[in-house]
Amino acid sequence: MKAVTWCGKKTVNVEEVSEPRILNPHDAIVRITLTAICGSDLHLYDNYIPTMEPGDILGHEFMGEVVEIGAEVFNLRVGDRVVVPFTISCGRCWFCEQQLYSACDNTNPNAWMAEKVYGHSGAGIYGYSHMLGGYAGGQAQYARVPFADVGPIKIPDGLRDEQVLFLSDIFPTGYAAAENCNIHPGDIVAIWGAGPVAQFGIRSAFMLGAERVIAIDRVAERLDMAERAGAETIDYSEDNVFEKLMDMTAGRGPDSCMDAVGLEAHGTSPDAVYDRVKAATMMVTDRIHALRQAIEAVRKCGTLSIPGVYGGVADKFPIGAVFGKGITIRTGQTHVQRYLRPLLDCVQRGDIDPSFVITHRFPLEEAPEAYALFSERRDGCVKVVLQP
Amino acid sequence: MAATVQTRIRRSNTIKRSPMDLYDYWRDLSNLPELMPYLERVIMSDTTRSRWYARTPGGQSIEWNARITEDEPGRVIAWESEEDADMASSGSVRFSPAPGDKGTEVVVDMNYDPPGGALGDMVSKLLGENPAQVLTEGLRRFKRRMEAGEIPTIESQPRGTCGKGR
Repeated sequence: MKAVTWCGKKTVNVEEVSEPRILNPHDAIVRITLTAICGSDLHLYDNYIPTMEPGDILGHEFMGEVVEIGAEVFNLRVGDRVVVPFTISCGRCWFCEQQLYSACDNTNPNAWMAEKVYGHSGAGIYGYSHMLGGYAGGQAQYARVPFADVGPIKIPDGLRDEQVLFLSDIFPTGYAAAENCNIHPGDIVAIWGAGPVAQFGIRSAFMLGAERVIAIDRVAERLDMAERAGAETIDYSEDNVFEKLMDMTAGRGPDSCMDAVGLEAHGTSPDAVYDRVKAATMMVTDRIHALRQAIEAVRKCGTLSIPGVYGGVADKFPIGAVFGKGITIRTGQTHVQRYLRPLLDCVQRGDIDPSFVITHRFPLEEAPEAYALFSERRDGCVKVVLQP
Repeated sequence: MAATVQTRIRRSNTIKRSPMDLYDYWRDLSNLPELMPYLERVIMSDTTRSRWYARTPGGQSIEWNARITEDEPGRVIAWESEEDADMASSGSVRFSPAPGDKGTEVVVDMNYDPPGGALGDMVSKLLGENPAQVLTEGLRRFKRRMEAGEIPTIESQPRGTCGKGR
């Protein structure tokens, strides 16, 4: 089969590889009909995430048709059309029983690696480094889906692939990030980054009762897409973000701030330059310019939600401001399985059509060009889907 | 410098099953090779005596006899190797309910004879330089077998070559 493989910094290939087989009784094999490049895949592309190995198959947003099931999968049949959540969860450990699926104890074969870095290991994830399981990803023609009895959700007829694919990650991730904002009626939510997760975060924040949503980015197409959802916008290449936010909230600051940027934050202020230098010299791994700005801007005793991916250690984290203002921070990988059913219902009711976020469609064979285009935010690129 | 081997190791884990279920799995010693890959098989000779077959990463076969010295269903199993065993060791596994309905706390203690000489050499050949991590991984497999019903793997899954051939 054809698969997209990681071959080092800014290098992905499309290769002919063997087809996946059932390895465990709860496995299924899915023939992939649509897959996507996630913003977090760009952290791999830019080589910010350790323990990738050349030849690893990328991709954690995918859907398709079940073509084979293991001996202990009773909820699926061959021929079912499914979306696969990016978190692999056993469904039986204490964390899964609490619906904390991304903290699953039992699905990372390389848990010891994550334990060395983080103290504990969370769930395995498709195509996202050996520290997070080393599972072959879904930017391919077929994928093996472990614990297929827990993860995949069946998709009813009448919905197009493009409408449901993002249940795999970015819709639940944006929704969970909005939930983590602890929104009350009348609240103002500010979101750093207007990428795909943020776009779902904006729409989810309104669904959860936000009065106003403010999106912060510098890419015009992304700010336009945010405005189409009813958000106000700040172009950080033109305005001082803090001053502008204080102006827009009469000095209170947003009730909740969301960092939907993660570890590769851009910026021109002294702290952002400091981060880039230290990251380039491997003295830190994560650039937290957006996070610092959000901490500074959020109102006293407000909430900071972090769906943006961080991987290692950061410097000049303003813990004094977090303490001094009594800020609550909520973060973590999304417990995707928890959101699949309610968000599929949203799509079925027509509350939202997630395909709005797609700007580019490529055949799988053209993945190298698709990664480059997305990475450079060329041609108004917000979200790329790949057709195997 | 020769590898040194810890002589006393304690490792623990919490497993979302009852103490009795976990005891029952462990008490059937023939299950243990699934948890400890260096074991090839364990054969029960009678209710307390057993013969253990192991293979080092270098391919050397080791066998020894062991007997159960303490056995309280749902609470504890303890064992020790018989005299003049190649792999002189003793150990125990204890099961107790975790607070907050989080399952069962499982604590394993292993004791090996002091390192150095033929004996310590055998332990390090079998368990490598970090026997504590070997035990951690064994307990992790136990948890996964008992909670998830399988042990996750990525072995033999497809991968690319980045044009470098196989």
